[in-house]
Amino acid sequence: MITRFLWTGMGRNLRLFVLLVLAVGIVVPALNLLMPKTSAFYVPAYALQLIGKYLCYASLALAVDLVWGFCGILTLGHAAFFALGGYCMGMYLMRQIGARGVYGNPILPDFMVFLNYPELPWFWHGFNHFWFAAAMIVIVPSVLALALGWFAFRSRVTGVYLSIITQAMTFALLLAFFRNDMGFGGNNGMTDFKDILGYSVQADTTRAALCFASALALAIFLVISGAIIGSRFGTALIAVRDAESRMRFLGYRAETYKLFVFVLSAAMAGIAGALYVPQIGIINPSEFAPGNSIEAVLWVAVGGRGTLIGPVIGAFIVNFAKTYLTGALPEVWLFALGALFIVVTLFLPKGVVGLWAQLRARNLARKATAA
Amino acid sequence: MSQKRLLAWLLPFLAIVAVAGSAFAADLGSLVTNLVTGGYSERDDAIKALATSGEARAAPILQALSAGDLYVRNSDKLVVIGKVSASGGSGKLALTDAVTGKDAGTAAEDDLDKVKVNNRLRGTIDAAMGSLTLMSPDPKVRRQAAESLFTRRDASALAALEPALAAEKDDSIKRSMIEARAAIVLTTPDTTPAQKLAAVAVVRDRGDRDAMAVLQAAAQSTNGEVKAAALAGAESVRNTLQAWTQAQNVWYGISLGSVLLLAAIGLAITFGTMGVINMAHGEMVMLGAYTTFVVQQALRSYAPGLNEISVIIALPLAFLVSGAVGVLIERTIIRFLYGRSLDTLLATWGLSLVLQQAVRSIFGPTNREVSSPSWMSGSFHVGQLDVTYGRLWIIVFALLVFAALLLLLRKTPLGLYMRAVTQNRPMAAAVGIRTPRVDALTFGLGSGIAGLAGVALSQIDNVSPNLGQGYIIDSFMVVVFGGVGNLFGTLVGATALGIVNKFLEPYAGAVLGKILVLVFIILFIQRRPRGLFALKGRSVE
Amino acid sequence: MKTAPRSTSALLYLSGVTVSFDGFKALNNLSLLIEPGEMRAIIGPNGAGKTTMMDVITGKTRPDEGEVVFDGQADLTKLDEAHIATLGIGRKFQKPTVFENHTVRDNLLLALAGLRSWYKLLGAAPTRAENNRLAEILSIIRMEAQQHMLGARLSHGQKQWLEIGMLLAQNPKLMLVDEPVAGMTDVETETTAQVLREVNKSHSVVVVEHDMSFVRALGVKVTVLHEGSMLAEGSLDQVSADPRVVEVYLGR
Repeated sequence: MITRFLWTGMGRNLRLFVLLVLAVGIVVPALNLLMPKTSAFYVPAYALQLIGKYLCYASLALAVDLVWGFCGILTLGHAAFFALGGYCMGMYLMRQIGARGVYGNPILPDFMVFLNYPELPWFWHGFNHFWFAAAMIVIVPSVLALALGWFAFRSRVTGVYLSIITQAMTFALLLAFFRNDMGFGGNNGMTDFKDILGYSVQADTTRAALCFASALALAIFLVISGAIIGSRFGTALIAVRDAESRMRFLGYRAETYKLFVFVLSAAMAGIAGALYVPQIGIINPSEFAPGNSIEAVLWVAVGGRGTLIGPVIGAFIVNFAKTYLTGALPEVWLFALGALFIVVTLFLPKGVVGLWAQLRARNLARKATAA
Repeated sequence: MSQKRLLAWLLPFLAIVAVAGSAFAADLGSLVTNLVTGGYSERDDAIKALATSGEARAAPILQALSAGDLYVRNSDKLVVIGKVSASGGSGKLALTDAVTGKDAGTAAEDDLDKVKVNNRLRGTIDAAMGSLTLMSPDPKVRRQAAESLFTRRDASALAALEPALAAEKDDSIKRSMIEARAAIVLTTPDTTPAQKLAAVAVVRDRGDRDAMAVLQAAAQSTNGEVKAAALAGAESVRNTLQAWTQAQNVWYGISLGSVLLLAAIGLAITFGTMGVINMAHGEMVMLGAYTTFVVQQALRSYAPGLNEISVIIALPLAFLVSGAVGVLIERTIIRFLYGRSLDTLLATWGLSLVLQQAVRSIFGPTNREVSSPSWMSGSFHVGQLDVTYGRLWIIVFALLVFAALLLLLRKTPLGLYMRAVTQNRPMAAAVGIRTPRVDALTFGLGSGIAGLAGVALSQIDNVSPNLGQGYIIDSFMVVVFGGVGNLFGTLVGATALGIVNKFLEPYAGAVLGKILVLVFIILFIQRRPRGLFALKGRSVE
Repeated sequence: MKTAPRSTSALLYLSGVTVSFDGFKALNNLSLLIEPGEMRAIIGPNGAGKTTMMDVITGKTRPDEGEVVFDGQADLTKLDEAHIATLGIGRKFQKPTVFENHTVRDNLLLALAGLRSWYKLLGAAPTRAENNRLAEILSIIRMEAQQHMLGARLSHGQKQWLEIGMLLAQNPKLMLVDEPVAGMTDVETETTAQVLREVNKSHSVVVVEHDMSFVRALGVKVTVLHEGSMLAEGSLDQVSADPRVVEVYLGR
């Protein structure tokens, strides 16, 4: 039943796309590890890291799209879930450093020694086990999303108000994590990671494995999302998005549909954040900045909201442009990003994927008239 | 005990005898001579003697001694005050006869012998000066002297205080002196309980932090009835202080509220009446602040005389600059997005990035200095309340803007059109209102007011490209909290959030206080999704 | 669910219902009884409170005062829209609202009585019985040919038909139908009247309508609302003869 649930929902395009994502996740790390550095096919380490990062962003974009594209909730706080997942992973990685820190304290991370913590705060316990951290990566963002969503959807907060609430949430978290006495490293966050699951985070093989894991996570998220959207649940979900009160009069509890997707999406964002942190090597409060969440929304808008492939494509396009521009023409980047927001909302409401579909439809129509 | 009491009764008398006696016994000349001869401990006595002499020349001489300007001329052993003279050429000092105060020519430093002081002597001099200045002809100096005496509680000054008190005409200075005397009485061991009890009442009525310190110290050093009275007095002062602290918090809250009101009121127009989410609203504020900066720069170069009113000149210009940018934005972007509020949000966010980067490219990424005119700096006291002029003006300004906007909406044709378009766009168009023009003007108005806010904020915040970002979330909170489409809601929302924020700060710290406010609003929106003052009815849907 | 002892034989029981918006009384002490199996037409000028009455019954608006009891036991003033809908009250809106991004068939599937909970829908496929029922409804509303068309592409009349089909699919005990024939041709109006009479054989129906010929074609008891209260009740001929009704509604 599960496999049927997973496969019936997916269209042919989505299946091919999932295979493409997996192929990237296998081929890129393989070329990095197996090719000699002189080869034309060699993927340098920085490119591997970049692609791993983009894959995590793509998962975040997919999570945003699930709630924005399919529930009609414009979330301006999804980077918070991403960052929370990242912090859970960061806590695990900090505990793995052990006595190798600057201060050599076997229990306390460096920043706690520096800030004169007498002992490990209670919420740091358990994070020395990977399984515990892994559970928290899913649970912490989910519980926050559940609490926020349960209140908000039940009292029928919608539209702009919901957007403002989500932004206020991430802003509040940003302020909170900046505080030193929160016990998460304050301003500087956490860095100088050594091991993950016993392997050095600096090792080529670990980096390759993390890149693959990011691709695998994205592929799994795509399959799950596809299955949900393709099910009768998905039919109901889109109906809730389009005419929520009509669905209520048909006897559907609209809030439970939104809540399920919101929590699922938060969990996805959390996992993406957790995969992101060991590849980047740092997690700090700036990940909570409201601008980050809004940028993630832009990836979705560029790629095409309400489609599953769109957000992935959008995340890659925008972030590639960002990497290129911030390196080559740093002062142009913000102009370009700002202009992109405006252009996409004015001229490309359905994003790149929508544009492509439109062009193909026009081509087909032309061929039909020609024939 | 009885001996002490006797002494206490005698003390004022003795003091008067001492003052009269010293003036009688030693003329100024010998006092000054004593000052420059002998060791440090003799000098110490000499300073005290000079200070209690009641001579008018005592103050300048002691000041000079403390500053190291008192010399003995080698040639004739005359005690002189030497100052570096403007005309005397290098190394020459202009001399004044210390005793007579007359000009005594000039001399090179080599021809003079400096009268040395150490820190202990300086302390003695400072204490002596405190009593000397009590008789100064300048009321400001007298008041200061009385106040400093209150905090120092120098028992030896009591002698100088009594005649000063008798001579004082100014009621408020007299009051300060009485308080100072009471403080000294309380800390001097050899005063009667009756005196002390009276003193407790005096100090208690003063009711500030210093008074509480005096009473607490008195409670430590006394016992019985006086101790109880001092403790009760300290407690009563503590309560008074707490009340003033609360009042101060309310004032800070109102001050913060006025800033929030200024930042949010333009948003209340665009969001509340047009349903447009303008994430670039903060950048309109920023443009207003930069307009102020440019105006000040221009005035500094071309009309330095107008610098005092540069802020006032900047107001209309900032309104026009931000308003014009607003109209431009409405005509080129927002009008294509009506009815798609979430898309408007994204587009205006993009716009805010562009505006920030543009300002950064033109003016640089660092803070720009905007100076405050003199009439906006400084502060005054209302009771224990510290009121800065800058904040006061911003509150007045916020209220003026609010009132003007209310008038505009209620009494002018534009206001009527705006309300008509808000309520029923097709109907308004049908009766001949040019709705596109009204949209553009409404948006321009909201942006222009943001520009005005920028002028005000340039006085209290850093003028940088990120200025607006700090206010946008707060502004949305205010509008949503107050109730969309209701200007009075915005007023109440801004004030309430400002006060709540400032009341939380002492307990939770600034950051945590802000977080708590955010969480409160998140929960509040759940309870009342349409704000404090929401419209009800079918038309809302 | 709490069930109070059955207190009335009526399917729908409204008593002393008052709703006010900022001082304006949209419903003023309104009382209404609908018997099981009955079809009732509600008429009244604009602002008489027809839509507000529907809102109160379906849980969209909470009355300030009064009782609203369904099926003799459910207190509708305490329940939310989804709960009321699952009790068996279906509503067709004045302005046709179909799901524009769904096909006609999916629209009907969504309305089809049965599964409503999110976790059951995650793994469910339409059953044979459900498919049969869909085919049946498609034929009643004569939209077999359009079943894969998106809601957004339907004409106004087709949307009205689809709404009626969705009501049938929902299979409620009580149908609230708001202006079903607005924008329909005369022929379509006649067919709609036929369909409603047919539906009435197995469901109770409340119809709000402006179109007098349509109300006449239904041939049922009529309630006239005015300023939030009931003005008159009886057959169309009876109420048409009532001078107060003539005054406020039919005009001179």
